[in-house]
Amino acid sequence: MDKNMMKEKVNQILADEFELESNELIPEARLYEDLGLDSLDAVDMVVGFEKAFGIKIGKNTELVNIKTLGELYAFIDKTVNLQAG
Amino acid sequence: MPLRRVVVTGVGAISPFGQGAERMVAAIAKGRSGISRLPQPDFSHTEEVPRVAGRVPSIDLSVISRRHRRTMSPMSCWSVLAAEEALAQAGFPRERLSDPRFGVIAGSTMGSIHTWQSIFESYLLERRFAAVKSSAFFQIMGHTLSANLAQALKVTGRVMAVTSACASSAQAVGLAYEAIACGLQDAILCGGADEYHPLTIATFDHMTAASRGYNARPELTPRPFDRDRDGVVCAEGAGILLLESRTRAMARKATILAEIVGFASASDISSIANPDPAPLSRCMRRALDNARLPVDALSYINAHATGTRLGDVAESQAIAQLCGQLVPVSSLKGHMGHTMAASGALELIACIGMMQRGQLFPTRNLEHPDEQCSSIRHVRGVTDTPVRNVLKNSFALGGIISSLVLRKI
Repeated sequence: MDKNMMKEKVNQILADEFELESNELIPEARLYEDLGLDSLDAVDMVVGFEKAFGIKIGKNTELVNIKTLGELYAFIDKTVNLQAG
Repeated sequence: MPLRRVVVTGVGAISPFGQGAERMVAAIAKGRSGISRLPQPDFSHTEEVPRVAGRVPSIDLSVISRRHRRTMSPMSCWSVLAAEEALAQAGFPRERLSDPRFGVIAGSTMGSIHTWQSIFESYLLERRFAAVKSSAFFQIMGHTLSANLAQALKVTGRVMAVTSACASSAQAVGLAYEAIACGLQDAILCGGADEYHPLTIATFDHMTAASRGYNARPELTPRPFDRDRDGVVCAEGAGILLLESRTRAMARKATILAEIVGFASASDISSIANPDPAPLSRCMRRALDNARLPVDALSYINAHATGTRLGDVAESQAIAQLCGQLVPVSSLKGHMGHTMAASGALELIACIGMMQRGQLFPTRNLEHPDEQCSSIRHVRGVTDTPVRNVLKNSFALGGIISSLVLRKI
């Protein structure tokens, strides 16, 4: 998947699910401190990504170390490519 | 231990008439119907089924922050809006919501059936729970209303749930009254809510207790006490009352809407589904004893009467045993339908409205009183009269019965 398309899709999910504004969704934004998400949101984020990208994330421990939106893009990109293969 | 006096200083309502207690009371005073035809028979495509309900019109819920709203189904959102209305009316100091002597007691029939449905639709498809949202549990748990209310309003005192179906909010008010009277809390937001789901209608229909004969004329049903009644019309909504100790309310110069002076609750073991007049009558008597009021001090009895064949007869007979034709009686289900767990609180709010207006509201759709319901004095039209002491009944499947007594101050 094209990286820009993937980012747009991630942003759309975050905007829809967590009622975030598009100008908040920059790669440097910290998921918890800046975007105000918490552990319950993290679970729902995974549910949304699994459905939208047709991937399985489950209880992937890599995810808990992700701090910023930029890191999240990279993780989704990697997971999509790995599972597509 | 001397008991403290308990007063109502604020009320809030979401009903089939929309948002706001005054809107609901005004609609009932005008004799309006909140019942409408459902667009399609939701739970059966093969036979004629009830197609009427009292639905809450669309209300903007985005005023509740996403962080709190995400764990709420509509009935919890409505409860928060109703609670905010009650707090605003009472002019209650915001900072006191987090006082350990401020509590919440509220209940619904069960958690959100819509959310249960979405969980099972997802789970049964893949036999995998991972696709279920983390916030779903907080919408299906039995104490979803009280917990969500407490989180949204930052309540740190006693937070309890009463889950007794259609008697939930009346019992919640009763428990709140007792907790404040006994000095355990100073103020409590109490009440209940329920939201429409087709399976609620299906449940009543399955027991042949749902109205199905007025699909083409929804405003003509339900018909409490009427000879042509044919059952319950399911409705939805939320009713919340702010109860305070009278001393505390007076100290902060709050306007007192009414006083709760009596409460009784009991179990009818004659049947889990069909009420028996004797325990209903005894419960009303105990509520009056608790209020230290004789029967002839009552201005009005607000009946639970939902429009079922058996329930209305049993309640009529119970009221007749208590007071014959001495006290005027009506049911507000004819206007709003049966708002289930919200009904006790919403109808109490309407009773306070009657006290304030000096008017009794009649039973809507009561055109020809059933002979078996004729041993009581029905309110047949809006009646101007001082309304001082009111007894309000709330019953539920499961043999749950309760009566509250309100006094005008």
